[in-house]
Amino acid sequence: MSVPRFWRELDSRYNLVGSHCKITNTYHYPKRSFNPEAGRDSIGNMEDYQFKGNGKVINSTVVHQAQTGYEMFGPYCIAIIELEEGPRITSQVVDCDPEIVKPGMKVKSVFRKLGEDSESGILHYGTKFIPDEVLQTENDEDDDIADVEL
Amino acid sequence: MRDVSVIGIGITKFGELWDKSLRELGLETGLAAISDAGITSKDIDALYIGNMAAGSTLQQEHVSALIADYCGLTNQNVPATRVEAASASGGLAIRQAYMAIAGGFIDVAVVGGAEKMTDVSDSESSYTVSMGSDEQWESQAGATFASLHAMIAQSHMDEFGTSREELSAVSEKNHYHASLNPMAQFQFQVSGEAVSNSGIVSSPLRMLDCAPNSDGAAAVVLCATDKAKKFKKKAIRIIGSGQASDTLSLHHRKYLNRLPAIGIAARRAFKSCGKKTKDLDLIEVHDNFTISEIIALEEIGIFKRGKAASMGLKGETRLGGKIAVNTSGGLKARGHAPGATGIAQVVEIVQQLRGEAGERQIKDAKIGLAENHGGTAATAVVHILEAD
Repeated sequence: MSVPRFWRELDSRYNLVGSHCKITNTYHYPKRSFNPEAGRDSIGNMEDYQFKGNGKVINSTVVHQAQTGYEMFGPYCIAIIELEEGPRITSQVVDCDPEIVKPGMKVKSVFRKLGEDSESGILHYGTKFIPDEVLQTENDEDDDIADVEL
Repeated sequence: MRDVSVIGIGITKFGELWDKSLRELGLETGLAAISDAGITSKDIDALYIGNMAAGSTLQQEHVSALIADYCGLTNQNVPATRVEAASASGGLAIRQAYMAIAGGFIDVAVVGGAEKMTDVSDSESSYTVSMGSDEQWESQAGATFASLHAMIAQSHMDEFGTSREELSAVSEKNHYHASLNPMAQFQFQVSGEAVSNSGIVSSPLRMLDCAPNSDGAAAVVLCATDKAKKFKKKAIRIIGSGQASDTLSLHHRKYLNRLPAIGIAARRAFKSCGKKTKDLDLIEVHDNFTISEIIALEEIGIFKRGKAASMGLKGETRLGGKIAVNTSGGLKARGHAPGATGIAQVVEIVQQLRGEAGERQIKDAKIGLAENHGGTAATAVVHILEAD
């Protein structure tokens, strides 16, 4: 993929920035300068909005035949996630057994490597999601370590 | 608006056709259709080409001129137009020709679809197919084309209780039909059990739920009905045509287990001819995955939502059942050469309505419907044909 094509979307990809429509008070991801529901009125009324990154799984699948560039992750979980502000996003759910991901599961966004064009090519980073229950465990472990160090 | 009829058909065998180029496939199928129609190149007013991926798989764009050239149509400078809508390219090319003839701009058009998917590796052809969905916000997130359909299937299973056995029955039935079709890629049967035990591609979908990425070509000659008699005694009329679009990304839809553009395109096609689902004798649907056939039948209104899968398992969609679906073998077993697929569906309907379908012939078939879609049905196109 060309550098500008990725670079253009960095804000959406790295920081989960989308759009808030001031006309319909709805949220959109990725960024749009036009809200199909509000039509022409929305032009000039779409403001950037950084999503909090909290969401729930709508549905998911465990991918065994990986997408090109994702071979090193396989088998991995791909899910459609609904952010608490409303919009849905297709993303990987990581840091867990992909089989445990189920509809309704609460997830939180994280910043991760998506892939690389080639050994010498540019690296792509973006947003993935981790189940809340896994994050909770990780935090507990961090607390344990902190205790030891103190 | 004028009536439009199919007066000629041609199709190549689908499969891994390593010894044939795109231009050779186009020529072979185009000549077959022209000979079948009884026309000469001087009768052709326009050429429409359905092709999805020549740029990605062959590094060749401008395939409309390429095919026109190698079919000898540039001698008369016949206008040639390529139509692209992912896997719906073929069906949409037919619709463009249909509208041009119905609108009175031209009298005779050749519509050809051709695709070469096996000149590249499996992973390249799979990536090419996924370009029919949102490359930037689905494929780049790691979603394969199969994984999107896997979520469609899982969502259908979650809401309607659709079972593994019912998905497998679609593939088993289409392989049975293909075993009767000499042009099919896979002319052999597979058991439902074999489908259920094939390797997992993306859960719950398995290898034998997925259509192959094939090479192949198909062509039809369309003619204004009032001029058709001059060429062909038995013309098959296109009585209905409908098209619809939807969001490119699956995640922008309210329901994952529906493909509404199919239903809307079908209703538009039915409305244009005043027919109903009960009038149909056969249907070709776009079974790029087993779940797609089930949902397409629900969207078109053949079965109630959530009921198509069990009807299929009961044999209602088989030759001899309530309504024969994919007598060609469908995308699963006839093969899926994206730009050619929508045209191959119409070729099958015409063969059936002419009574020339050999071992898989449906007795006294009068009316058939072809449903072709691209991506996760972000484009859907439906045609209804009737034997006069």
